[in-house]
Amino acid sequence: MSTEKTYKVPTMADMVASGEEPEILFWVGCAGSFDDRYKRVTIAFVRILNHVGIKFAVLGSEEACTGDPARRAGNEFLFQMQAMANIQVLNGYNVKKIVTACPHCFNTLKNEYPELGGNYEVIHHSQFLQGLINEGRVRVKDGQSFKGRRITFHDSCYLGRANKVYEAPREVLAALDADLVEMKRVRANGLCCGAGGGQYFKEPEPGKKDVNVERVEEALSTGADTIAVACPFCMTMMSDGVKNKNREDSVRVYDISELIAQGQGL
Amino acid sequence: MEIIQQILFVAALAVTGWYITKRVRLITRAIKLGRAENRFDHPDERLKTMLLVAFGQKKMFTNLLVGVMHFVIYAGFLIVNLEVLEIILDGMLGTHRLFAPYITPVYPILIDVFELLAFGVLAVCVIFLCRRFIAKVPRFQEKRHREMTRWPRTDAAIILTAEILLMIAFLTWNASDSVLRDRGVGHYAELQGVVPDFLISQFFKPLFAGFSDTALTVYERTTWWLHILGILTFAVYVTYSKHLHIALGFPNVYFSDLQPKGEMQNMPEITKEVQLALGLPVTTDADGSQNNDNGEQPAEVGRFGAKDVQDLKWINLMNAYSCTECGRCTSVCPANITGKKLSPRKIMMDTRDRLEEIQRGWKTNGYDYKDEKSLLNDYITAEELNACTTCQACVNACPININPLDIILQLRRYRVMEESQAPASWNAMFSNIENNMAPWKFSPSDRFNWADQVNEK
Repeated sequence: MSTEKTYKVPTMADMVASGEEPEILFWVGCAGSFDDRYKRVTIAFVRILNHVGIKFAVLGSEEACTGDPARRAGNEFLFQMQAMANIQVLNGYNVKKIVTACPHCFNTLKNEYPELGGNYEVIHHSQFLQGLINEGRVRVKDGQSFKGRRITFHDSCYLGRANKVYEAPREVLAALDADLVEMKRVRANGLCCGAGGGQYFKEPEPGKKDVNVERVEEALSTGADTIAVACPFCMTMMSDGVKNKNREDSVRVYDISELIAQGQGL
Repeated sequence: MEIIQQILFVAALAVTGWYITKRVRLITRAIKLGRAENRFDHPDERLKTMLLVAFGQKKMFTNLLVGVMHFVIYAGFLIVNLEVLEIILDGMLGTHRLFAPYITPVYPILIDVFELLAFGVLAVCVIFLCRRFIAKVPRFQEKRHREMTRWPRTDAAIILTAEILLMIAFLTWNASDSVLRDRGVGHYAELQGVVPDFLISQFFKPLFAGFSDTALTVYERTTWWLHILGILTFAVYVTYSKHLHIALGFPNVYFSDLQPKGEMQNMPEITKEVQLALGLPVTTDADGSQNNDNGEQPAEVGRFGAKDVQDLKWINLMNAYSCTECGRCTSVCPANITGKKLSPRKIMMDTRDRLEEIQRGWKTNGYDYKDEKSLLNDYITAEELNACTTCQACVNACPININPLDIILQLRRYRVMEESQAPASWNAMFSNIENNMAPWKFSPSDRFNWADQVNEK
């Protein structure tokens, strides 16, 4: 249906070359750039940005890891090397407003970069999408019904507890005409997917079960057919958990921006 | 006879005062082992937090029923202690219910309120004992939580039993006093008609019907002494117990973290190194302090991260003394829930245990004493530290804003930066970030390749 549409992804370098300034910088993040599954989320979000006609740019190959996993694993030196280099790039482009789909990038850019000289208005894509919905710029199209689908939202620690963003992703999902069901542990009491603090990059310590399995069991007990996430690490952990429970045929894991893009027929 | 009681009473007060002063000094000295950190900023916000979280018990009401029960004990503690003022004055002056004639109409109302609270405290302490030892609330069980060893369990039992005994003493003291007043015995008769029967203790009066006047007087005196000596002993005991939270909970909340829970504290001493390495202008002073305007104290350059309690901040150490081992942190910890060794409560208990070990060393060897042990390895193992997902559930759960995560992160820093002891796959992640600007082994030049797929169906 949207075969004629061509989506564009301008870089900051392009923008500067043509003497333009974007409204927002879309910080893609490492997972959004390299993880095959999460690239779909990046693309969904870029299509939404194109669709609503917002002037945005990405850093492209000038972007680098924020340093979040290094800092939380204890490697402060490496974190600061990354942070300072990124801040130089961001300040060099005079960036004011950043949107990102990764709560870890969001937390680091928002809370930890200011002390190292990087001061930006940082927004998570759930908040950004909420804004678009409130302004009426994003509306679920007829014929793209989510009726009868049960969606449960998994709170990310670094979005929720860390930065108290609980309602934005829920309001985004409310724009779909689906059934929203809540898990037992939600919002400030949400249970981690098991990936934060560098856990994603190593085997878990010995225990009874993996954290993502515990969380997926809780999600499945709501009877939801869709687990909505707003974080690349939660995405992988929830997907792996669903596979672990052999439910990948009946239960899907989507990022909130993918659901909105679907609803828009993008 | 009266004068001997007065002398004994003043002596008991003096001994208690001396002992508590000694304990407070020792604990203060232990907390001051920690590194400097300015927690005197934003006084308005801190005061507000303290009023809500400490005085208002806001986070206790997460579980409404338990919140109400805890509030009864808390209010009982605050308000019944007003009554202790009269008891202390009576004890020193050799009077009996000193305030009664001066505030006659208000006096019975006050005592009724005290009695109601005392009864509430009594009931709640019985329920709490049942929860712990009969209903077996999971987070208190030794079988599931290895930090719940004999002492923490005994400590809890002692506190609850002591409170029950103190309240029984208080209520039956009032009852026996009422009977003596009714019978017009000795100086008790003076308050006849001035002080009526009280709300709760009137129901205990029949218990004393068969007592002789002498036996009753002995009971009245004994319970009076038991009650006040119990309170004084309890005050000293608290300084050795997890129950110290009744005092330290307030400053602990006042000085708690104000920044967002996800923010990990910066290390200015590293900022300087990195600025030099990247050829950037150095914005930190030679001593590692940052030229920022938020009034933070310069960090002393010592170790990178924390190996022992001296490397932690003083607030971490105050946290340890304030912890009442309720285990709400551990019961929400994803690592703990799924059977890993990490328990945030154990992190706090280990930190306090280590401080108390150092205190014992001071006692025998003087304040310069250093032993060979450290918090890391001797108390907290790498396996515990590595299991943390930094999800902040523990920080969120603590009713008095203790931050176990901060200690975990500082210990991780020491292991990684001083000991190069990260798990192998973390080292791989580090080198990927260093070389490829991403935690995975992809070429940085491929970072923008996703854009090629943006128009694919």
